[in-house]
Amino acid sequence: MPATFANAELAGPRTRDWWLLMKPNVMRLVLFSGITGLVLAPGALHPVLLLAAILCIAVGSGAAAAINNWYDVDIDRLMLRTRLRPTATGRIAAADALAFGITLAIFAVMVMGLALNWVAAGLLAFTIGFYVFVYTLWLKRRTPQNIVIGGAAGALPPVVGWAAVTGGVDVLPLLIFLIIFLWTPPHFWALALYRSRDYAAAGVPMLPVVAGAPATRWHVVAYTAVLLTASALPAVLAYTGPIYAVAALGLGAYYAVHVWRLWRDPCERTAIRAFKVSIVYLFGILAALLADYGAAGWWS
Amino acid sequence: MTGETAEFRRRRLRRRNLALLGVLLGLVVLFYLITLVKIGGNV
Repeated sequence: MPATFANAELAGPRTRDWWLLMKPNVMRLVLFSGITGLVLAPGALHPVLLLAAILCIAVGSGAAAAINNWYDVDIDRLMLRTRLRPTATGRIAAADALAFGITLAIFAVMVMGLALNWVAAGLLAFTIGFYVFVYTLWLKRRTPQNIVIGGAAGALPPVVGWAAVTGGVDVLPLLIFLIIFLWTPPHFWALALYRSRDYAAAGVPMLPVVAGAPATRWHVVAYTAVLLTASALPAVLAYTGPIYAVAALGLGAYYAVHVWRLWRDPCERTAIRAFKVSIVYLFGILAALLADYGAAGWWS
Repeated sequence: MTGETAEFRRRRLRRRNLALLGVLLGLVVLFYLITLVKIGGNV
């Protein structure tokens, strides 16, 4: 980089910075769960409308992330994990991130409403609003229950996807919502266990900072137990077939082993492992739902 | 500002403008297709 532009703010944002502002890693999971809802819903969408729905869910996720980056710029600068975010480094001004996020949110909701239906658009608006107002602005800096309640926002995309196809909500998308909702706390607490100094420095009251590591590990074990039970519900209630049942059992055992290791051997290595395995677990559960649905269609 | 940095900024602006153009063209095509589908009643 030329010396004149050593200062990141002077250099200005690269196109890639706007992409990073939308937290593409989070968007990937949101998209996958949203597509799961779209695919499992009864009825068929025209491919163009399906593409529009997927785009709206992705853009909605990016909008919420951009607004989160705007509000959290002060604490993002203090944490190792987030200090290279475009707003934290100054490559994108916080106000620009806010404007970008609001524009994307309006775009996503309006296109969802006009191209699909207003139930899905309302749910998408609620999801973005919940993430911004309830999680980011209200809970994140105030309570260790931040990601327990705030996790609802991340769990809603399959419901949005389902509503985009059917114009309503049913039991199966609510079960997927429940699974993601229960998955979120142990996932983030595993991360917080090995990033607790980061969160403490930024003054974010994550559970390990407020209650300590042993209490957090207890919570991870308890939530995982409830999560694994909830993951069985789609099969128990006969919404899915044997492929999902077997996959949920295997993935549950795999995740449980790593949570057990975190409990027995509390160290950074087991916490990182539990965090990574939780991601594999959720992707696996969603993939199993899709595979089960595909197999049912194949045999019928 | 040196010639090198001016060139650097010019290239960056050009890349950004092309990216914006791509996004706008993509949106025009998407809205066009959505309109066709909705008018056609293929919902």
